[in-house]
Amino acid sequence: MTEHPEVTPTPRPGSRLAEQTHAAADDQVDVMAISPVREEGMLEESTADSPFGPDIVAKAKDLIGRYPQSRSALLPMLHLVQSVQGFVSQEGITFCAEQLDLSEAEVSAVVTFYTMYKRKPCGEHLVSVCTNTLCAALGGDAIYRRLAEHLGEDGRPLGHEEVAGTPGERGSVMLEHAECLAACDLAPVLQVNYEYFDKQTEESAVELVDALRRGEKPQPSRGAPLADFKSVELQLAGFFPEEEDAYRADVDGPSRAVETVRGAQLAADRGWTAPSMPDDAPLPEVEAK
Amino acid sequence: MNTDPLTPVLTKRWLSPQSWRISTYEKLEGYTAFRKALAGTPEQLVQLIKDAGLRGRGGAGFPAGVKWSFMPQNEEKPHYLVINADEGEPGTCKDIPLMMADPHSLIEGCIIAAYAMRSHHCFIYVRGEALHCIRRLNAAVREAYDAGYLGRNIIGSGFDLDITVHAGAGAYICGEETALLDSLEGRRGQPRLKPPFPAAAGLYAAPTTVNNVETIASVPFIVNGGADWFRQMGTEKSPGPKIYSISGHVERPGQYEAPLGTTLRELLELCGGMKDGIPLKFWTPGGSSTPLFTAEHLDVPLDFEGAAEAGSMLGTTAVQVFNETVSVPWAVMKWTQFYEHESCGKCTPCREGTYWLAQVLERMVEGRGTEEDIDTLLDVCDNILGRSFCALGDGAVSPITSGIKYFRDEFLALCQDARERNATVPELVGAQQ
Repeated sequence: MTEHPEVTPTPRPGSRLAEQTHAAADDQVDVMAISPVREEGMLEESTADSPFGPDIVAKAKDLIGRYPQSRSALLPMLHLVQSVQGFVSQEGITFCAEQLDLSEAEVSAVVTFYTMYKRKPCGEHLVSVCTNTLCAALGGDAIYRRLAEHLGEDGRPLGHEEVAGTPGERGSVMLEHAECLAACDLAPVLQVNYEYFDKQTEESAVELVDALRRGEKPQPSRGAPLADFKSVELQLAGFFPEEEDAYRADVDGPSRAVETVRGAQLAADRGWTAPSMPDDAPLPEVEAK
Repeated sequence: MNTDPLTPVLTKRWLSPQSWRISTYEKLEGYTAFRKALAGTPEQLVQLIKDAGLRGRGGAGFPAGVKWSFMPQNEEKPHYLVINADEGEPGTCKDIPLMMADPHSLIEGCIIAAYAMRSHHCFIYVRGEALHCIRRLNAAVREAYDAGYLGRNIIGSGFDLDITVHAGAGAYICGEETALLDSLEGRRGQPRLKPPFPAAAGLYAAPTTVNNVETIASVPFIVNGGADWFRQMGTEKSPGPKIYSISGHVERPGQYEAPLGTTLRELLELCGGMKDGIPLKFWTPGGSSTPLFTAEHLDVPLDFEGAAEAGSMLGTTAVQVFNETVSVPWAVMKWTQFYEHESCGKCTPCREGTYWLAQVLERMVEGRGTEEDIDTLLDVCDNILGRSFCALGDGAVSPITSGIKYFRDEFLALCQDARERNATVPELVGAQQ
């Protein structure tokens, strides 16, 4: 590399126009050293004691391996981050960005788009009440209002995505109103950690959150035995219990409500069936290309 | 067609204990169709699905066989099959029970469809809130790998297929197929400009087909029964059985699988009529994005043509039934708040339009509306419909325009009340101490 014949002096921060200063900043210049905002910590490296240990790093690598392109692993990786911290923190964003070689801004843009990524620490449980039109008309709005009042303090109802109790502690509950949860035949519904509690009333919902607040884990109408938000987030990331009994108990958790099979049952009772299939229905003849 | 009022095909296995396990599935004719399919050629399968007239069950009703035929014949780039399991259209609740009860029917359908489209990697994009489905699908995929039905050289056919179950993270817009692809690529779920269509440049810019769960789960039955069997159900242009999800003010809400073309009158008979005998006021034929129907429409055949001719759409056959106790402006306001929340923000008509529509409707429902608000609503709707980037905007105006069309008096009454109240309560602004 040839020496520049006329090296301009090292630029100093100040009021001069950018074009009068940046030109001189070649690779000889330590821009970190001359940055005026260094003291405020803008250029600080992320914290050394990351909450994401080697096991989480291994899981993140595993996720990347499941996709033809690494960035596809971002959504599951953010679920993984929530399984550690109970929300997506700035550290979580940094972690994903590093794993996927993305900028933090790119990761933040994704985090803020999706409602399931919480920006504040969630409780032990997340209670989501459907307040879309059909559930609302059948009592969902009333259930949400009642829970907000019931979980609130000093006459102030609990707000959307606010926590009753201390996040991270047993019995803490984040409340949210949710859009259609795709269980309209079982309205009004709510979910705890994304497990369904069907056909709720104000009273049953209050009983349910009281039980959660006491540290109990009532069985959902449909879904696995109730766990907590963090362990459910691990499943959403794509990691299921390794122990066979726990795995089977989760998978075999109930899914069939009376409503689910109403049509099939009615048909069976009345002897109604689809037309019977022919013994042999050959595939159509076409010329292979 | 002389079929029974209910024709359980997809929902039949749901009655069996532990229907989600591979052992149950195989006892009930499961994993027979894919053997037959793999013995044939991709062209034969595409032709079969065309002959059967299977139309997309995710709302739009596009012929599935035609969609498959858009995939290139060559394999210069990898081909992808993506299953849209992001069920979130208000009122829609068919795919989630299907995936919980009979996940293997979807997986067998994926094997056949992937083979027909020369795809070796299939993604099932499941709505994140549908956790129990995700579990069941993962367990089913694992069982299918163990049985040699997935992976390399499936049952010695030389065909390879991997299936990845992918959880979403809470965004209605990801049900739009190109937004779903962006989301699957690890981005904000915002729709893409079309063309290029996914068959030309979809996931990772490679040829991709996105199909709904119910569509793909129908495929093994068509392979086994043939196109003529499938066409014995439903109508000429809308053949086959369909899961009607009936919810709301009826005696026995639930999932009823009937031939396409069944009417609401017939469905109400099956589900025991209106709850407590309170009369029907309005209903959606296929989710909140399909314009409302009223008691006038009890005999509209609920197939793609019938619903469209009567001024709505078949959508997802999510039949939400509301009785006389429900205020139409209130229901429309609630739906509009939903669309406002779920608008992805990419295009101006939808982002700004839903924002203002929700506020105007909230004002009306609170009793502070004026008659001009009705015109304002219609005017804003006119600027969203057909002018937004994807179908979310079109869906957002459906409840409003149809609500005003059939129930204008109710909107007017709200404004009338507001005017009378204002006339009797003297204006106090500035008069207080």
